[in-house]
Amino acid sequence: MIGMVVSLGVITVVAGALLGGADALTHDAVEKAQEASRVSALTEVLPEFDNNPVVEMALVRVGEDSVAVYPAKMCGRNVGNAVEITAHDGFSGDISLMFGFDSLGVVSGYTVLAHGETPGLGARMGEWFRDSVGNRSVVGCNPQVQNITVAKDGGEIDGITAATITSRAFLGALNNARRAVDEFEKDSQR
Amino acid sequence: MKKLGIIYKGIVTDNPTFVLMLGMCPTLGTTGSALTGMSMGLATLAVLVCSNVVISALKSCVPSGVRIPAYIVVIATFVTVLQMFMKAYLPTLDAMLGIFIPLIVVNCILLGRAEAFAGRNSVLDSLCDGLGIGLGFTIALTLLGSLRELLGTGKIFGITVYPEAYGSLVFVLAPGAFIALGFMIALFNIIRKKQC
Repeated sequence: MIGMVVSLGVITVVAGALLGGADALTHDAVEKAQEASRVSALTEVLPEFDNNPVVEMALVRVGEDSVAVYPAKMCGRNVGNAVEITAHDGFSGDISLMFGFDSLGVVSGYTVLAHGETPGLGARMGEWFRDSVGNRSVVGCNPQVQNITVAKDGGEIDGITAATITSRAFLGALNNARRAVDEFEKDSQR
Repeated sequence: MKKLGIIYKGIVTDNPTFVLMLGMCPTLGTTGSALTGMSMGLATLAVLVCSNVVISALKSCVPSGVRIPAYIVVIATFVTVLQMFMKAYLPTLDAMLGIFIPLIVVNCILLGRAEAFAGRNSVLDSLCDGLGIGLGFTIALTLLGSLRELLGTGKIFGITVYPEAYGSLVFVLAPGAFIALGFMIALFNIIRKKQC
């Protein structure tokens, strides 16, 4: 009995020490990797900027969620905003997205950060909504003046074939992202 | 020669996927493309070699009553360390495999090899067994991933073999995993029977 307790105890203590050591070794690199992926997403979706949007990030409330808005500046002037947003109504789980808007509110780009959508169907959202075929692309659209929903719901965008749920979730997130930018601009004027 | 025999056994005669049929969850879940299948196999190989060596070294000082919890602690430690390093240095791969990395802890192959081999054999033999079984798993997952990617999207490792439009999507989805795996097991059995 005592032998069991001692041997298992020693093993767990050694394992705990190992994990602590590994965490200390990788902690900085993990944070750096996460920031690098965020910065590369920001440069992908935003017009050219020279500030560090990660440092100037602000959280705004849209509905139930607090959403991160990253302002992009060039020589101190605001040239656009990026929004990191999660759609909870995807086909399988949450879809994490990053949208970029220029200073006029026109979508300058987007990228899919994480998703669990069906490969070959919903997962095509990464390319579909920037495809120049028909009315697929949301890049260059302005959600303030255009109805950015799928054509089935009376909107101007062609949803992904056989993945209407994903398309609705994606475009819903885009409209929420636009709302987050509005909130953010209201806050910063105050 | 005996060591090579153990490795050969792990890859061919005791192949974890085609013969032992262990670890079916990651086999079906991560083989949507050749790259994810191979990465999953290599991650499992790394953990299996480490856990086999440590468990074999510990076998004489762990009472048989707490054998299984001790094995699980060892395996879980290596998996968590692996995940930390993947998050730090291979973030894209980590994002691609997602939950399947922590799930290596409950992969039957690891506990199975600990119980059936590492707990009864020398450290060096256990190392060879880990290498053999791990390579067998990696090869099986890479083959299955390549087949599914080829039939589903017309590519292997992202390189186009034929236009995507001729691919049938079902092979990338879950049902295609079962179908492809079934045919591959059948094929493997035919080859093995011919050899004997």
